Amino acid sequence: MGRTLAEKVWDAHVVRRGDGDEPDLLYIDLHLVHEVTSPQAFDGLRMAGRRVRRPDLTIATEDHNVPTVGIDLPIADPVSRTQVETLRRNCAEFGVRLHPMGDAEQGIVHVVGPQLGLTQPGMTVVCGDSHTSTHGAFGALAFGIGTSEVEHVLATQTLPLRPFRTMAITVDGRLRQGVTAKDIILAVIAKIGTGGGQGYVLEYRGSAIEALSMEARMTVCNMSIEAGARAGMIAPDETTFEYLRGRPHAPKGAEWDAAVEYWRTLRTDEDAVFDREVRIDADELTPFVTWGTNPGQGLPLSERVPDPSTIADEVERTAAEKALAYMGLAPGTPLREIGVDTVFLGSCTNGRIEDLRAAAAVLRGRRVAEGVRMLVVPGSMRVRAQAESEGLHEVFLAAGAEWRAAGCSMCLGMNPDQLRPGERSASTSNRNFEGRQGKGGRTHLVSPLVAAATAVRGTLSSPDDLD
Amino acid sequence: MEPFTTHTGVGVPLRRSNVDTDQIIPAVYLKRVSRTGFADGLFAAWRADEDFVLNAEPYRSGSVLVAGPDFGTGSSREHAVWALADYGFRVVVSSRFADIFRGNAGKQGLLAAQCEQSDVERLWKVLEAEPGAEVTVDLREKTVRAKEFVAPFAIDDYTRWRLLEGLDDIALTLRHAEEVDAFERRRPSWLPSTQPVAG
Repeated sequence: MGRTLAEKVWDAHVVRRGDGDEPDLLYIDLHLVHEVTSPQAFDGLRMAGRRVRRPDLTIATEDHNVPTVGIDLPIADPVSRTQVETLRRNCAEFGVRLHPMGDAEQGIVHVVGPQLGLTQPGMTVVCGDSHTSTHGAFGALAFGIGTSEVEHVLATQTLPLRPFRTMAITVDGRLRQGVTAKDIILAVIAKIGTGGGQGYVLEYRGSAIEALSMEARMTVCNMSIEAGARAGMIAPDETTFEYLRGRPHAPKGAEWDAAVEYWRTLRTDEDAVFDREVRIDADELTPFVTWGTNPGQGLPLSERVPDPSTIADEVERTAAEKALAYMGLAPGTPLREIGVDTVFLGSCTNGRIEDLRAAAAVLRGRRVAEGVRMLVVPGSMRVRAQAESEGLHEVFLAAGAEWRAAGCSMCLGMNPDQLRPGERSASTSNRNFEGRQGKGGRTHLVSPLVAAATAVRGTLSSPDDLD
Repeated sequence: MEPFTTHTGVGVPLRRSNVDTDQIIPAVYLKRVSRTGFADGLFAAWRADEDFVLNAEPYRSGSVLVAGPDFGTGSSREHAVWALADYGFRVVVSSRFADIFRGNAGKQGLLAAQCEQSDVERLWKVLEAEPGAEVTVDLREKTVRAKEFVAPFAIDDYTRWRLLEGLDDIALTLRHAEEVDAFERRRPSWLPSTQPVAG
């Protein structure tokens, strides 16, 4: 019987098949490291007298804690500073390449890996961060791990894992103007739920997925975890190869040819069987936004805030009631009438150059609404430099937005970029959990186009709502 | 890791679904570089509300958390497990766990016991009818007991074995070092290295 893409990549990395209930031992091709989930792992190595087995397959960057203004100054928060300094010490001691704050290659770990060409088809990629699923856009098997697993990979370059089940998410058709990868994935999560992908690797396929750019594919795969799936994948094709060609760490010459020949085999076989299949019609999709406190609580922008009393399932009804109370929303309110205080454009979901271009095209010649603050935080310093070479920063600044340095920033508010209690944001990030962007903050997840239009009107909007 | 066979302690009914790891421990508490000291951040936002279950006296000393479906979703932060363990929890019962949380729990000796949602509801009723009631979780028998009510729970056999024996994953893997060496010799030469490239 044929195999799925995920099964092919899995099989190619099995160091040792588990006996009976024992998991397989899988080899890890690339380990990405950042300051928040690694200190205890390095500490564990030190206590056990172990080394990093393959520093040459490991790379670190500072992203979660870093400020996005005044990056030439010491970090003001002493606890954040300690964490960043601990990473620097650990990388120096264990011989791991690090891109620290201020470095030209610094940025969000999931933006940096692909940009350097380190993420390639058919690889296994892990990081102590759940959005590692991003790298699946290249046809890599990429997933987030906990700190104990970070230590395990540092020490052994392997992980004991039990095979995932596979789910096909087929998106056929053509996206309408103004509908993006972000709307696809928000619609997928609303359809299968935040737990729907648990235990699965999702494979996104179909004509609408094939038509996406690499950056858009990364947006889709990035939020697989929000559907409960540890990994999401897209089969590599010409779009993938073109993106990789010439990147600093991409294969060169004869090696490139050999790699591409192998990469072309990384497709789900015709006769392979998925454990579950879900279909989405791309033609039907419209801009999507969340109204609640988990990423599955989303609706098309044209809809109204739902009425919990109409939800039959008790667990879901209670969840919706709690979400509306937290979000300060009344049932029946048109989503388009919800006013925001802050717009955040950035994150590993939507902080790449195409996201910035899309938002800038909407903002060009327009102003951010009175009383609304807009933060634009590029996903990496390379993205920032690229945007500046295209003059995008001037568009943002002229519109009244703030132009920042790279990092995770307000996606999770570990640095000073946070919502105040009760403040409401339209955010291109990935999580609308209670307090995610700051204690008491209220988050609506949106695409970069919706973020930009919302900044202009001050209420949740799409570019079509602008004059 | 301490072996886990059975545990008896006060059960805490947490009537919430989708308890994501940002709720278990908000990001601002993640800045420590040690594995301990995270108890203060456990459910930090919810504990600010005096009606939250952990603020009621008999539940305050709880060690068995009984929660709604989709527990531990979101961020991969193992700090969520450390915070629960640091507070004193040894077991979380839910009808569905997020994959990464479940894996992290197993590494730290926190038992993630998966029960049917109908059994979770029964447990909630028992624990709410008698605040402070104890729950006994038996990993050998794979049962959860509260007063007269007994329910089975599911856990994969490998994690159960590791918990019962208190085994460390890295040491288990290092037994296979030769196979890892052999695998490395077979890896294709085009695969990237993270070492800086010229130009």
